[in-house]
Amino acid sequence: MAGSRYELNKELAQMLKGGVIMDVTTPEQAKIAEEAGACAVMALERIPADIRAAGGVSRMSDPKMIKGIQEAVSIPVMAKCRIGHFAEAQILEAIEIDYIDESEVLSPADDVYHIDKTKFKVPFVCGAKDLGEALRRIEEGASMIRTKGEPGTGDVVQAVRHMRKMNQEIARITSMREDELFNTAKELQVSYNLVKYVHENGKLPVVNFAAGGVATPADAALMMQLGAEGVFVGSGIFKSGDPKKRAAAIVKAVTNYQDARMLAELSEDLGEAMVGINEQEIELLMAERGK
Amino acid sequence: MVIGVLALQGAFIEHEKVLKSLGAECFEIRQKKDLERHMDGLVLPGGESTVMGKLMVELDLFENLKEQILNGLPVFGTCAGLILLAQNLSNDTKKYFGTLPVTVKRNAYGRQLGSFSKEEEMKYVGKIPMTFIRAPYIESVRGDVEVLAKVDGNIVAVRYGNQLGISFHPEVTQNSAVHAYFLKMCRQKQNALKTLSGIG
Repeated sequence: MAGSRYELNKELAQMLKGGVIMDVTTPEQAKIAEEAGACAVMALERIPADIRAAGGVSRMSDPKMIKGIQEAVSIPVMAKCRIGHFAEAQILEAIEIDYIDESEVLSPADDVYHIDKTKFKVPFVCGAKDLGEALRRIEEGASMIRTKGEPGTGDVVQAVRHMRKMNQEIARITSMREDELFNTAKELQVSYNLVKYVHENGKLPVVNFAAGGVATPADAALMMQLGAEGVFVGSGIFKSGDPKKRAAAIVKAVTNYQDARMLAELSEDLGEAMVGINEQEIELLMAERGK
Repeated sequence: MVIGVLALQGAFIEHEKVLKSLGAECFEIRQKKDLERHMDGLVLPGGESTVMGKLMVELDLFENLKEQILNGLPVFGTCAGLILLAQNLSNDTKKYFGTLPVTVKRNAYGRQLGSFSKEEEMKYVGKIPMTFIRAPYIESVRGDVEVLAKVDGNIVAVRYGNQLGISFHPEVTQNSAVHAYFLKMCRQKQNALKTLSGIG
């Protein structure tokens, strides 16, 4: 279906590849992110680390705050809505957001159903921790996927786990006999056509970014080498000692993720990284939201 | 035919796939040492011009590439790539190579909801699907710039010497006619060089 809205939305994600999407909470931060080389920004009231610290219910950001960020930068602006909260998504579409993140970082509004994203003109990105989740979100109309990772922790271990899991499952499907695909579709609870696409192409039908816990240029390079097509950095930048420098270094690390010498230079003198929370210390596992 | 593809950010792999399907050899330009290779043509892909523009300078690619473009290296810029080539941007103070005497309007169709696809005629290429993603268009051209395509009255494709600038994304469609046209430009330049040096 060339030229359809869904195709155009998948294609916008293609244009973001090889780039870094940064969480920002103010127009000033958005400008810093743009100048540091972000290919898009995620506008939200509180970055995941603060959401985690504050606790309570977290919701879509104030549209006025999002509009302020839209006016401040020329790059695409994304914003988050709660899982299943299609009214929040409608509001974000009304203010012409470039991409909606139906995100487990916010408190889920529905513990059964995700948003029917096919009903929207505006594109959606969704988190996934394995292939089944990714394909179910795509089935619902997501035009971009990211790993869930564990947001706001500064710990990359879950993003690594999710990316590896997804790639292992893709490799398994690629090497299957065709008559085995029907059962896989049943197991993953997705349509046969999506499984067949993965079997034939060895990849998801949409762009796949890494997200959750990326805090250093080395983290970003690790995710790119594991097969991510780009990186979301949430708390990692504006929770660090020198956001401007760290942001620019992560951008360059994503472009030259295979050049260890350059990565060494980029990792020098970045100031303090965000304070991380280890996996065992986490009380709230956001990645378990929305399956 | 060897084509260098600027691979700092954006949809560069899509260009490589189309060019390879047409028999060209491609290599990615990510850092300075990549420029030691000879190229018969250069592709500036779609993506974010702010990101590519900044990285080109910081990775020390900018002057070298600009010089090659000024010396007649065939170059093909799509969307963000067109912005990198433009001499002026009407709604931005930034300027990158500035080798193509046109004025370009960034995000001219608005945000993602303004993105669209349409079949239109392009001179020397024919009727092709044109996909516009948060696209710019060309507001005005100067000197010997040849307008190759217009959509709804706005200029979306131009040629100036060996520079081809378009505001849409042929690399995401199944149609490779624009890339074939660019490779023809590269071949003509190659032949001209051969004649000049007496090899051909």
